[in-house]
Amino acid sequence: MAEYKKPDSLILPLASYCPGCTHGIIHRLVAEAIDELGIADHTIGIAPVGCAVFAYNYFNVDMLQAAHGRAPAVATGAKRANPGNIVFTYQGDGDLASIGAAEIVHAAARGENITVIFVNNAIYGMTGGQMAPTSLIGQKTTTSPLGRSVERNGNPIRVSEMLSSLTGPAYIERVSVHDVKHIIAAGKAIKKAFRNQVEGKGFSLVEVLSTCSTNWGMTPMEALKWLEENMIPYYPLGVYKEV
Amino acid sequence: MRQMMKGNEAIAEAAVQAGCRYFFGYPITPQNEIPEYMSARLPEVGGAFLQAESEVSAINMVFGAASTGARVMTSSSSPGISLKQEGISYIVGAELPCVIVNMVRGGPGLGSIQPAQSDYYQATRGGGHGDYRMIVYAPASIQEAVELTQKAFDSADRYRNPVMILGDGCIGQMMEPVSMPEYKKPDDLGEKTWAATGYHPGCGRERNIINSLYIEPDRCEQHNLDLQAKYDAMKEREVMAKEEMAEDADIIVVAYGTTARIALTAVRKAREQGIKAGLIRPITVWPFPEKEIAAAAQRCKAFLTVEMSLGQMVDDVRLAVNGCRPVEFFGRTGGMIPGVSEIYDRILKIKEGL
Repeated sequence: MAEYKKPDSLILPLASYCPGCTHGIIHRLVAEAIDELGIADHTIGIAPVGCAVFAYNYFNVDMLQAAHGRAPAVATGAKRANPGNIVFTYQGDGDLASIGAAEIVHAAARGENITVIFVNNAIYGMTGGQMAPTSLIGQKTTTSPLGRSVERNGNPIRVSEMLSSLTGPAYIERVSVHDVKHIIAAGKAIKKAFRNQVEGKGFSLVEVLSTCSTNWGMTPMEALKWLEENMIPYYPLGVYKEV
Repeated sequence: MRQMMKGNEAIAEAAVQAGCRYFFGYPITPQNEIPEYMSARLPEVGGAFLQAESEVSAINMVFGAASTGARVMTSSSSPGISLKQEGISYIVGAELPCVIVNMVRGGPGLGSIQPAQSDYYQATRGGGHGDYRMIVYAPASIQEAVELTQKAFDSADRYRNPVMILGDGCIGQMMEPVSMPEYKKPDDLGEKTWAATGYHPGCGRERNIINSLYIEPDRCEQHNLDLQAKYDAMKEREVMAKEEMAEDADIIVVAYGTTARIALTAVRKAREQGIKAGLIRPITVWPFPEKEIAAAAQRCKAFLTVEMSLGQMVDDVRLAVNGCRPVEFFGRTGGMIPGVSEIYDRILKIKEGL
C-alpha cells in the first residue's frame, strides 16, 4: 500500500479555510494530480476571488491571482504566451458562474487547452454567505433570507450541462467530495483534466460539489449530508462531455 | 526607408519590431486596424493574436501573457478602455508590464467615433480603482507614434507598469510618411526573473506569485509606497515635452497630440502678425511637464490651453502655473476638431487683453 503523505505540490497549513471545509480535500486532489503527472515544474496556477483567493499560498507552483471571474481569460493569456506550460484555474461558483460567466463560456467555446477546477458549494463563502447563481431553490442565504425563489431569482445554473452544449470543450465531469468513494472518483477526474492538457486534448473542466458548513449554518457532517441529499439531485454527477 | 502608413498600422508594426508577440483585443472604431494588422502579422513572427469576447477579457489575457514575461499589447477606444480599467488596476497592482493604446473618440457613453481628447483625466489619474499612475505618451504624428510605441515597451519593462499610448481618431486613421526605426533593446533591461515560467525546488529562485492582494493594511500601504517610489522615478526621468517659439513668447499655447499640430499653425500665424506666441506640447501627459510650464510662467504673460475636450489638461496647466499667470481655455468636443482660425482668434483676444 502506498505511503500516505503530503503531496509535494501542496503547501500546508491551509490556514485560510474554515474547519470542516472541503476546499482542503480538493486542494489535495489537485496537488496529487500535479505530482503524479510530474508537471509541477512547468505548471502555472490561477487563483480566483473568493474563498480560494489565497490558493497561491497553497499550491507549490508559480501562481497568478486573477480579478473576480477573469481567471479563464488570464489562463488564456498565460497559455497562449507559453503553450508549454500547464495552466489551471481554481474557481468557485460566484467567480465562475456569475461574474465570470462570459470568460468561462468563451474559454470553453475556444477549446483553450487549460484545466479548470470549478468548486460549487452553492453560496458565496468569502463575503459571508450571499446567494450564488448555484444556490438551490429554497436555500436561505444572507441575500435570500426567505429562501431562493424562482420568481425573484430564477433557477440555479447547471454549469457542466451548459458548457457541455458547446463544441469546444474536450472533457467536462461533475464530481463530489462528500464521502471517500466520491473523493477517489473526484481525484481521478481531476487527474484526467490535467492529463488532457498534457496530451493537448483541450479544455477540461471538473465541477466539484463542495460544502460550506460555516455559511450553510451546519456542522461539517450535516453539511456533507446536505450536499448528498440536496445538491446531487439538482446537480447530477457524471461525465457531461468527453471527446 | 520611408513609407506611407496609417497610424494604427504603423503603431502595430512598431510594436512587433519592439518584440511584442501577443495581442488581445476587441473590435471598436477607430482602432480596428491595430487588431486586424496584428491578426495577420503576429503568427508570421511566432506570436499569437486573439480576439477576445470583450475588452474585460482582453485586458485579463494581457495580464496572463505579461505574467509569463512576454511583451504584450492591447488597444481600444474610449468605451472599451473604460471596460479595461479593472484589469489595468490589477496589472498595476501586480506590477506587470504591458502597452495599452487608446485611440480616443467622443464621449460620454457611446459618444461618437470621431477624434477626441476627453479621456485625459481617465488616462492621467489612473482610471481604475486605487492609487496609481502610468506613463502616458501622446504622439502628435505617425512617426512619433511609432517611436513612442517602441519606447513604451521599454518603459513598461523598466518600471513593471503598464504604459498607455493616448492617441485620437486622427492619429489612428490618418496616413503619413514613416520610417520604421531599427529597434534596439536598452542595455538596462535584464531578464524578467519575476515572471511565472514554472518553479521547482532547486530552480534557483523562490516561487513567483503574480498578485495584487495585500490583505494586511500595513503591507498594502507599504506596497503603495513602493509603487509611489516608481511613480516618483517616472516623474523625475520620463517627462517629455516639446517647445516651439516658447522662449520669448508672451502667450504660450499648451496642447498635445493632434490639437498641438493645429495649435502650432495658429501660433505661426500669430507670429506672422507680430504676436509673440509660442507652444508647449506635452509628449508625456503623465508625468506632466509641470517644471517646463512653471518655468515658462516666469517668462510669459498668459497661457492658452487647447484641447479636444471641454477642459481636462487645463487643470494640470493651472496647477503648474499655480496662479501666477492667467490660463485661458479653448476646446471643441464630442468628435469636433478645433480649427486654426478658432485658436488664432483666442490668441488675438488674449493679446488684446494684455
